[in-house]
This record gives sequence, structure tokens and C-alpha cells, in this order.
Amino acid sequence: MPEIVTASADFAAAPISLWRRTTNSLVTLAAATAVILVLLPLAAVFGYLVYKGIGSINWAFLTQTPKPVGESGGGMANAIAGSVYILLIASTFGVPLGIGAGIYLSEYGRGSRFGNLIRFTADVLNGVPSIIVGIVAYGLVVLTQGHFSALAGGVALAIMMVPTITRTTEEMLLLVPQAVREAAYGLGVSRWRTTLSITLRTATSGVITGVMLAFARVAGETAPLLFTAFGNQYWNWKLGQPTAALSLQIFTYAISPFDEWHRQAWAGALILIVLIVVSVGAVRLAANRGMLKGAN
Amino acid sequence: MVNRALGAPRLSGPQRLPEHAVASDSKGQVQPLIKAGDSRWADNAFFLAMLVCGLSVLALVGLILYELIAKSSLSWHAFGWRFFFRSEWDPVNDQFGAFPFVYGTIVSSILALIIAVPLAIGVAVFITEMSPRRLRGALAFTTELLAAIPSVIYGLWAIFVLVPLLRQYVQPWLARYFGWTSLFQGPPYGIGMLAAGIILAIMVVPIVSSITREVMTAVPQQQREAVLALGATRWEMIRTGVLRNARAGILGGIILGLGRALGETMAVTMVIGNRPEIAKSLFAPGYTMASVIANEFTEATGDLYLSSLIEVGLALFIVTVIVNVLAQLLVWTVTRGTPARSHA
Repeated sequence: MPEIVTASADFAAAPISLWRRTTNSLVTLAAATAVILVLLPLAAVFGYLVYKGIGSINWAFLTQTPKPVGESGGGMANAIAGSVYILLIASTFGVPLGIGAGIYLSEYGRGSRFGNLIRFTADVLNGVPSIIVGIVAYGLVVLTQGHFSALAGGVALAIMMVPTITRTTEEMLLLVPQAVREAAYGLGVSRWRTTLSITLRTATSGVITGVMLAFARVAGETAPLLFTAFGNQYWNWKLGQPTAALSLQIFTYAISPFDEWHRQAWAGALILIVLIVVSVGAVRLAANRGMLKGAN
Repeated sequence: MVNRALGAPRLSGPQRLPEHAVASDSKGQVQPLIKAGDSRWADNAFFLAMLVCGLSVLALVGLILYELIAKSSLSWHAFGWRFFFRSEWDPVNDQFGAFPFVYGTIVSSILALIIAVPLAIGVAVFITEMSPRRLRGALAFTTELLAAIPSVIYGLWAIFVLVPLLRQYVQPWLARYFGWTSLFQGPPYGIGMLAAGIILAIMVVPIVSSITREVMTAVPQQQREAVLALGATRWEMIRTGVLRNARAGILGGIILGLGRALGETMAVTMVIGNRPEIAKSLFAPGYTMASVIANEFTEATGDLYLSSLIEVGLALFIVTVIVNVLAQLLVWTVTRGTPARSHA
């Protein structure tokens, strides 16, 4: 029908006004500027970390304990080891609890009111400021033991790890098709065996992703360690004694008035960020490989 | 999507059937497939173990609340509600009032949101609606990388890079042209409320922008096509078709960012100046609830001092919980309608 075609052609010919076109371009420009403004500090932080940090990383820094004020040299070996130690303590509590709670939510608590309550509480726990977690770990462990300790630091970080691990584990287990579980039941496999050897195992890579993310999240935490692990100028492997941590050491050195300590703070920060970015990057890469598509 | 993603369950090779699943024994006599009660106790024990793990999440939050309430009762009985409206903070004479910290927390967080929100929404709009498809993933990843940098490293960077920059260039310029607003007056120390607001803004951007991206993606594609078909430009399509539908979720993202800003400790402690004063100027030093705990907790001698600090913590906890719950609910109102990304 020729009339209709003509009519629509007339309609389409109406030009978009200059005002609307200009607004459109301006907004696009503004959005692109926002991206640049946000990427700028990112580049600046990483640039300065590398620029200031790399010169101070040497063998002594990685193998020695801090020297007293005024003497140059020394390193953060005890703090690096201390961070790893505290993270290990945190994982021994946090990882099983988090995975267990995740299994409960996906295998038993799906859609139930009680499950929703736990899910919601986990999200609340996720938003609790880290300094508050520090206060609680102080009350629970430090006051009971009578002194600051690696254990207290580990407990504080464990509390922070649980909600992240719980929620990712749950999401990953929900991705496993119901048919897989039914196949296992059909073979007469009991429910707990199915959950552990079939469902959890199918979702292993996703669950590990969650654990790594929780790791990365707490690895740089400082606030909850201030009055739990407390810091230490020397080596310590005792559970019940104050322990150095990389993040604490960076904080102490950064607010100190000594140039030598500032230098070491940058070096420590570079090591910390490399550890975190490598773990997050590895997870991201694994996710993009397709093992976990649909999970992100 | 789910099936392609995970493929078949990755079982290692052909698995042997469990003994009790075999239908007949060697003599050909039919056996029951599953011996009744065979694994019932194990199943129950496993269920209980997982239930305990789940309950531990509830217990943790209960424990936090209990610890904070129990240990702050001394200060509560001494000062009551007035605690939050008094300005003295005098450990020597056992006089405690949290108003300067409440004020500092609110001002620094609001300042952070004023800077961060337009940037974060701009970034989200650019990534979801404007960027070339190829750049999309990389941009999303790099902006989220901002969230992976620990607070203490932001603080370190702020002390040695941001603060000198503010002191030498930004603050004199602001004082010259905007000094009349009385927001930008006084000596440019660098350290102070403005530095805290800026560093908080940098930390809040990735949160707000990732939530905004999530809710914008949740807006159905047909909305966009429909608005474009009416002859809208791209911006008109984004404004009327996408942002308007996602606004509740975006608000949720902003409030979630607020929650993060309120509780953020280390970076703020390192640059805000830590003086319990209430000043009009953003150049002046201040103090926040989180940073007073970080700075004074280990030095707090005297039960009332410690108890007052914990009461500050309790207030911070309650506020962040309320803020986070509100944010969750708002985000849900937008994303609820879309198919859940995980289903069995």
C-alpha cells in the first residue's frame, strides 16, 4: 500500500533537533569523562606503588625483621609470614563454616523461611564494618586470654570470611543441575555422599573462587587486626602471642615520621597488592575460561 | 546456559556403583536396592553439621550485637542518649560525648557520595550502554579492581600523594574562588575532611557503579528497543527507558556505598587529622566514629573510656546494618523481576 509507505517516510524524515543531538553528545562525553576520572586514581595508586615500592624491595626486606628506629635496612619478613599465618588461622575456622553454611542454604534451606533468614543475615554480616569485627574478636579472644594474639586476629578475619564464602558457595551449588543430584540418588547414593562427592565436587572450581575472593578481601584488612593481632617487631609462631601482619606494618610505618620507614611502607604495600591482584586475577581468568560461566 | 557452562558433572572416570545399589547378588537373588536405614543416621548427622554451620552465621551476628551491648552498658548508664549529642571527649576527666565523631562520619560520607555518585553512574552508563562491546569486560574489571585495593594502601597513597597535591594546588585554588562559601576556608593543611571525602569517594565508586550496572542490565532489552523505536536519541533512551526503570536499584547502590563509607576505617584515619572538633570548613581536621575506635581502643585506660568507645562501635553497627538492609531491599525491587541467575 503506497500511501502508508509515503506516510511513514514523511514521519522518519522529521530531523532530530539540534538541541537533542547536542545533549546526546554531551552526555556521552560526560560518561566517558567519568570513566577516565575513575581510572585515573587507579592508575595513580598502582603507578606510585610500583614507582616507590620496587626500589625498596630487596633480599634483606624479604628476609629480615625490622631494625630499630634510626638504623637503616631491615625488612618485613616477620610481617609477611605473620600475615600468611593469620590468614591460615582464619581459613581453618572460616572456610569450613562458610562452605557448610553455603551447603545448608543450597541443599536444605532453598526457599524456606529459615534459609532466607540465614541468607539475609549473611548479607548483613557482610556489611558490618571491619573495625566492629575487631572489637568483637577483642572481647571474645583477647579479654579471655589476657593478651593480644595471632589467634584473635585469625578469629576476626574468619568472621569476615564466612559471609562471602557462604554466599558464593550457595550460588555455585545452585548452578549444579538438579538432574545430577537425582542421577546420584537413582544409583542409591545417600544424600550426604551425593552432596559431598557429586554436587560439591561439580562446583569445586566455583567454591574455590569464593574462597579466594574472601581471601583477597581479608588479606589487606588492617582495622580488625589493630587490637587483636596487634603487631610485633619480632618473629612469632605462637598462637597466643601478638603477631606482626603486613597491613599493620604498612599502617605503622606510613604514619611514622621516618623516611626510611615510609620507603618500607611502600615496599610492603607493593608486595601486599601483588599478592591480592594475583589471586583475584587468577580467579577472574579461571572464571573467563568457562568453568564458571553464568556464575558472574 | 547452565548446562553449557558446567557441562556434565566432572566425575573422574567410570565410577564404581556403591555396593548397596547392585540389584542382585552373585547367586542371582534379587536384593533390595537400598537397605532401609542404611545411611539414615549419616544423612541426619550431615544435615545437623550443615545446620550448625548455617546457624553459626546467625550466631555471629547475635554475638556481635551481644558483645557490643554488654560491653558498652557502662557508658550507656553514665550518659544515656546524651552521649551522642555531647561534644566533650575528655578521657582525663572521664567525660565522653560522641557528637564530633557522628558529625565527622556523616560529613565525610556525604562528601564522598557527592563526589562518587555522578562518577559511578557515569561509569555504569558508559559501560552498559555506550562502550564498544569489546571494551566492556575490561572496563568493568578495571573499575572493580578499585574495590580490591586494601584500605590501608589507599591511606598510604593519600598521605604521600593526595594530601600534598591538595595542600599545594587544590586547596589554595578552592580557597581563592570558593572561599566565600565558608566551606573552603582556613589554612590548607592538606589533611582534613576534604582529603577524607575524596579518598572515601574513590573507595565507594566501584560499589555504586557495580550495583548500578547490575540493575541497568536487569532492565529488559525490549524497553530500550521500544524507546528507540519512538525516535529517541541514545541519551533519551537511557534516561527514560533504563535509568527511570532502574532508579530504585540505583538508589540501593548509593545507599550501599553510604554503608561502606560510614564504616570505612583505615584510609580515613590516616588522612582526616583525628581531632574531635566540629568545623564548618572542609579544610579543617575532623574525626570519625570508626577512626576514633581505631586510634584510641588500645590506649583506652579506664573502663568508662573503653565502654564509651564500644558504644560508638554499637551505634556504628546499628546504623550500617539499617543502611545495608535498606539498600538490599531497594536492589531487590529491581532485580527480583528478572530471572534468577542461579537456578537448579
